[in-house]
Amino acid sequence: MNETQVMEARSLWAEAWHRLRRNRVAMVCLAIIVVYLVIGLMDFIPVRQTLGSGDSATHRWGTLVDWIFLKVVGATDKAESYSPPLRGRHVMGTDILGVDVLYKAVKGVRTAMILGGLTAAIYIPLGLLFGIIAGYFGKFIDDAIVYIYSTLACIPGILLLIALMSVMGKGLVQLCIAMGVTSWVGLCRLMRGETLKLRESDYVLAARALGAGWPRIIFRHILPNLFHIVIITFTLGFSGIILSEAVLSYIGIGVEATTISWGTMISEARMELSRDPSVWWHLTAAAGALFVLVLAFNVFGDALRDALDPKLRTE
Amino acid sequence: MMAYIIRRVLYTIPLVLGVCVFTFLLFDVAFPPKARAVQELGRHANEKQIQNLIHTRGWDKGLFWHGEAKGFERLTDTRFVNHMKKLLLFRFGRTQKTHEEIGRKIREGMVPSLTLTVPIFVLGLVVGICLSLGVAYFRATYLDLGAVVVCVGFMSISILVYIIAGQLLLAQYMRSFPIYGYAGGAHAARFLILPILIAVVKGLGGDVRFYRTILLEEITRDYVRTARAKGLGERLILFKHVLKNAMIPVLTRTVLAIPFLFMGSLLLENFFGIPGLGNMTVEAVANGDTQVMAAMVYLGALLFALGNLLTDISYTLVDPRVRLR
Repeated sequence: MNETQVMEARSLWAEAWHRLRRNRVAMVCLAIIVVYLVIGLMDFIPVRQTLGSGDSATHRWGTLVDWIFLKVVGATDKAESYSPPLRGRHVMGTDILGVDVLYKAVKGVRTAMILGGLTAAIYIPLGLLFGIIAGYFGKFIDDAIVYIYSTLACIPGILLLIALMSVMGKGLVQLCIAMGVTSWVGLCRLMRGETLKLRESDYVLAARALGAGWPRIIFRHILPNLFHIVIITFTLGFSGIILSEAVLSYIGIGVEATTISWGTMISEARMELSRDPSVWWHLTAAAGALFVLVLAFNVFGDALRDALDPKLRTE
Repeated sequence: MMAYIIRRVLYTIPLVLGVCVFTFLLFDVAFPPKARAVQELGRHANEKQIQNLIHTRGWDKGLFWHGEAKGFERLTDTRFVNHMKKLLLFRFGRTQKTHEEIGRKIREGMVPSLTLTVPIFVLGLVVGICLSLGVAYFRATYLDLGAVVVCVGFMSISILVYIIAGQLLLAQYMRSFPIYGYAGGAHAARFLILPILIAVVKGLGGDVRFYRTILLEEITRDYVRTARAKGLGERLILFKHVLKNAMIPVLTRTVLAIPFLFMGSLLLENFFGIPGLGNMTVEAVANGDTQVMAAMVYLGALLFALGNLLTDISYTLVDPRVRLR
């Protein structure tokens, strides 16, 4: 009997997952991302908290993260400002107002998640819609869309963000909108190119020969074959969004000062370093939390791209 | 060749016009005159002051139709036409706060910006290519793996951290460099070494990784195998044959970066007090000066379009395989 090796047929996703699982570094990074995700999600769960005891007890709503820190660190524990790490219950020390720095760093996860998620929710539909329309229908629709995104792409990203933010004003939602406006161009370009290629592919021709209309071709045949690129773009783009937030918050047009984010923490911490004794933990906590997440996304994104589409060149 | 260049130049014109229209829509239409006046005068300004400012700035004219003007000016003396004229003729007007001429400020700011960005650009390019050649030479070893890990690590650190840590370590503790300030002429070097150093280190991660990818892509090509079969040494192949061919993608990235050297660096200039265009932009943001921002967006886009043009043209010069379309 001929011994031919028969490989089990697997879908693109199963195959990619199989390849990813063998990449240990990527799996570690995925685990880190999941930990951040869980922390971020925990910060969305509302919990009723009791402050004080006896008759003077007051209630307020906080999130699960608030509750955990209340129980572990203590709320009435009005710590002195700039208490160094590992003194008392404050593992990472406190900031100028006596707020636990670890608490702030953990709260930053939620801000980062909103930023990444909401921005993606804005730019992915935009990029997909315009990219597919331009690639599929061609002609003047294509020309118009290419002209619009080329014009936007002419403006350096950071300047476009600055311009949009100074018109819309500070805020988390505004920041997401601004980043969505700057990010959709790259995705749209990729989507258009892929759609152009797929439009001429044999299976789309076959579908057309069988009498499928354009909605069916786009939704059944083209869109599913674009999703892996969307996921790669999202994963690799996430770190850029988080890093930009830090820069914009430093310039003063990022999130509001009351929103706890790693960017606002870093800008607050900037002057504290030159104090005597130097307050280094505030900066370290924010920069560390940011670094680990961005690093995990960078490495995992690369592995994901290699697993899903090795030929795709992204920068 | 000439026809190709002319066509490319003509293609950039609608793009630049599009950017002008975009800045008009953003700063004039989406940002109503009243809000702008309030932002400039402060929250306690009274109605008369606001109306006065709106009138002197010409913000009370129609967007596309100025009914009070006479004759043909109804169409030409509008906010849209004035805005386009301002940008396209490089008459940017005056800054809101200090009433300095924006055009002059930009010309003056370019010099400090360039003294900062040009050394960063040249050093970064040379060091980046040298390091990536070394990494490519030791490809598929632990050294290579370690270098990639370090690169990704470098890319994952916020630029704010680079600047803050660099300022702290090199200027404050070692007292080797001044922390803040700028001086003209040869004295500028003293103030510039630290920001240049920080920027070069910051850029290395991404650059080395990018150049390495390109070099490794080239190494698997047929001509490399031929060269090897011919008996050429690995070093000669890498540093002569591969490097030459890898220059094309490197060039795209490099040439595209040149125009942006004029824009300076937002954060570096702000942190180190270098009076360049980047610092000017940050100041404009702090003052809410839309005139300066529109000028910067326009200039940035103009330079980008120019960079694209240069890249395309240099492509055809370097690589005879690139067809002129």
